[in-house]
Amino acid sequence: MNFLESIRVSLRALRANKLRSALTMLGIIIGVAAVIAMVGIGNGATASITAQIQGMGSNLLTISPGQSSSGGVSGGAGSSNNLTMEDVAKIQVGTAIKAVAPITNTNAQVVLSSGNTSTSIVGTTESYENIKNVTIARGRNITKLDVSSNARVAVLGPTVVENLMGDVNANIIGKSIKINNVPFQVIGVTTATGSTGFQSSDDMITAPITTVQGRLLGRKTVRSILVSASSEDLMQTAQEELTATLRKAHKIPVGKDNDFRVQNQADMLETMQSVTQTLTMLLGGIAGISLLVGGIGIMNIMLVSVTERTREIGIRKAIGAKSSDILLQFLIEAVVLSILGGGIGIALGYGGSSLVGKALSLSTSISPSSVLIAFGFSAAIGIIFGVFPARKAAAMDPIDALRYE
Amino acid sequence: MINLKGITKIYANGDIQVAALGGVDLHVGSGEFVAIMGPSGSGKSTLMNILGCLDTPTQGEYYLDGTDVAKASGDQLSVIRNRKIGFVFQGFNLLARTTAVENVELPMLYAGMGGKERRARAITALESVGLGDRIHHRPKELSGGQQQRVAIARALVTNPAIILADEPTGNLDSRSSEEVMAIFQRLHTSGNTIIIVTHETEIAQFTERVVRFRDGRLEGDEFVKNPRIAQAQVLEEGLAK
Repeated sequence: MNFLESIRVSLRALRANKLRSALTMLGIIIGVAAVIAMVGIGNGATASITAQIQGMGSNLLTISPGQSSSGGVSGGAGSSNNLTMEDVAKIQVGTAIKAVAPITNTNAQVVLSSGNTSTSIVGTTESYENIKNVTIARGRNITKLDVSSNARVAVLGPTVVENLMGDVNANIIGKSIKINNVPFQVIGVTTATGSTGFQSSDDMITAPITTVQGRLLGRKTVRSILVSASSEDLMQTAQEELTATLRKAHKIPVGKDNDFRVQNQADMLETMQSVTQTLTMLLGGIAGISLLVGGIGIMNIMLVSVTERTREIGIRKAIGAKSSDILLQFLIEAVVLSILGGGIGIALGYGGSSLVGKALSLSTSISPSSVLIAFGFSAAIGIIFGVFPARKAAAMDPIDALRYE
Repeated sequence: MINLKGITKIYANGDIQVAALGGVDLHVGSGEFVAIMGPSGSGKSTLMNILGCLDTPTQGEYYLDGTDVAKASGDQLSVIRNRKIGFVFQGFNLLARTTAVENVELPMLYAGMGGKERRARAITALESVGLGDRIHHRPKELSGGQQQRVAIARALVTNPAIILADEPTGNLDSRSSEEVMAIFQRLHTSGNTIIIVTHETEIAQFTERVVRFRDGRLEGDEFVKNPRIAQAQVLEEGLAK
């Protein structure tokens, strides 16, 4: 009997027991759908976190103060205020370091005649725009002159404009807003980045650091220093240069620990990616177990089917079916169940992950490789779990099989 | 056609050995119509299984159509059954979810014949047993006699060397039995070799030679003097169409 005829015979047997075939497939469907959806969502989460970290700026190094301690009690990381504008001035822009921007920040109430909002105020310099990849949509950015002259000027994020005037595109340039009752002139509006949540770059105001220190904070503290390296390869060099400069500025003797921290964006990215990848593998693994259970379900049903059709096997053998014909018939049934289940599972997993992606505003991505793997895996499961029942069927003695009631 | 020499079959059940057949010599020529009779436990079913190549003897030689099949392997036996033997069983043994014509096609499917030729030959075979108008019926939709006629069509469709029937009328009423025997007589007339296992003397009277078994040995072998002629209304009608 040729292969095509075997497939036809197997399909007929599956059609004869539609409900059972569907229920058997369900195990594989759920397993494959779970694997596809989990891996898709995991990849989406990785991509989204990567984009968020990269959105913080390119080749970014963040210097933050170390921990203060008084009387042996540690205040924790970032608790000291030992970064100053003098430190910033000592960091030389050169081959490795592209730009430096100090940051100080606070939260404040912002008032305009048409509305008011509470937002984050970032005091910085003209380099900030460059380091953080912020672009100006309308108006202009803070200049060096603004910083040196303590100018009361502000660049607004689009969300702030919307909160104050009710419309993102309202003309706010040149208007005077009050930040904690200090009047500032709006000189520019940044382009929306679409980032949401905590520390959204759309919902903040940037102003010259000198003005923020003098008018809003009343103290000359620098919360952190952002440094942009010239290239990804030079990040390590830049980090070493920075550390050396700051240790010298802070007069830290050799052998003592730094009183500041330099965070590398690439390290952060790597850490986050490894975390999400581990999670993806974990979720995929759990889903894989359900695929295995689905495979065992196929074997179970095939065994029942073989026993139930003992007489049919006897008839077929008496009439001239070889063992290989019987083996192939039952093996094809198992493989068709698993492949069909796998196909439906892929479609379902695809739909499921894009649904979850929409709900969580994640851009879930299903790679062709994961589809291929899931498909190959379900076919393999059909063969592995189908061989045993099929061999059992093929090995039957025709006389015993014919006598079976 | 069929030549058995010293056929012995011993079933081992643990330490106990039971000889179902103890040295059987039998010759059946081409075109003969033979009934094998005997009480239950006489070894006639065992002989039937060996004749049908479903089982191999423990000892002895079996020549079917000139070839020794006593030592053949499982798959070789499958091929021999497919080409040389047509089976008719007591319980009909049709595939339940399959139509009459597809049941008849089955042996040709395993012989690797193409779909069109298969269908044409299956329809011819069904017409020859008077079921030309029932080809797409499933076994459930047919009477016992009709099911057995489908089984006969399946047995003869490959032009086998012998047709073996194991209690073919065992599950049928007397009228259907006579119809089935009429078909066998017709097949015999057209030159087929037919062997029927039965325990009913009346059925054996339709054949031409009766072989009797007792306790795994040949007890008698005689020709039927005046075989009865089976009457079959349906068959005449079916063929008239």
